[in-house]
Amino acid sequence: MENTNEMTLEMDSRSCNEGLARITVAAFATQLNPTLEEVADIKTAVSEAITNCIVHAYEKETEKIRIDCTICGRELTVAVTDHGRGIENVEKAMEPMFTTKPEQDRSGMGFAFMEAFMDMLEVESEPGKGTVVRMKKKIGTGSQVFE
Amino acid sequence: MVYVPQELDHHFASQITDEVDRELKKGNVRQLVFDFSGTTFMDSSGIGMLMGRYRLLHYSGGRVSAIHVNDRVNRIMRLSGIYKYIEISQEAVWHQKRR
Repeated sequence: MENTNEMTLEMDSRSCNEGLARITVAAFATQLNPTLEEVADIKTAVSEAITNCIVHAYEKETEKIRIDCTICGRELTVAVTDHGRGIENVEKAMEPMFTTKPEQDRSGMGFAFMEAFMDMLEVESEPGKGTVVRMKKKIGTGSQVFE
Repeated sequence: MVYVPQELDHHFASQITDEVDRELKKGNVRQLVFDFSGTTFMDSSGIGMLMGRYRLLHYSGGRVSAIHVNDRVNRIMRLSGIYKYIEISQEAVWHQKRR
């Protein structure tokens, strides 16, 4: 039987929840028996996606962020959904060092880190409606899967 | 010297920024050393925070450095290119005030 599993986490867009989000996704991924390096990669990518929702999508508002995680075989998929302001130009937003908020010490490296640490990154956004960031990563290719 | 918390994300980066900038506003700070010995996690918010402090100090000829950086944090710093601006070393190197 193929190894599949799903998990959804919904939380307020408060910065104190960033740690909760990355630890929850990392814990969910442990059933794939990841290396420490892979766990760190997932945590960094999730942290970047959640920070984007809090800083850009909702700015000062507190709204909901949803994280859907799926495991299929050895692949982990993480989808981070917000219903915030959306991104006008996704291609531009994904350029390394590009930021709309340099005055807030944003480095503009968020999407670049997500791309660097995951195998696949896909961004769907509609201005005024929200954004879905979907990331995939093959985990623990050299180890046994816990079922 | 600033002791960085275990996890340096957007949440903690903004708290450090507030506190450090309050000290910087008083003047007399020429060198900032961030000690990462207790830090296991950092994301791009940490990079933004370090670059922001570098910009503030750089205008007045000051320096920013990071010490006791673990492999993971070091990788993030290398990937972002921040090491070109911020000195990364094992121990703090205190630069004498130029008169």
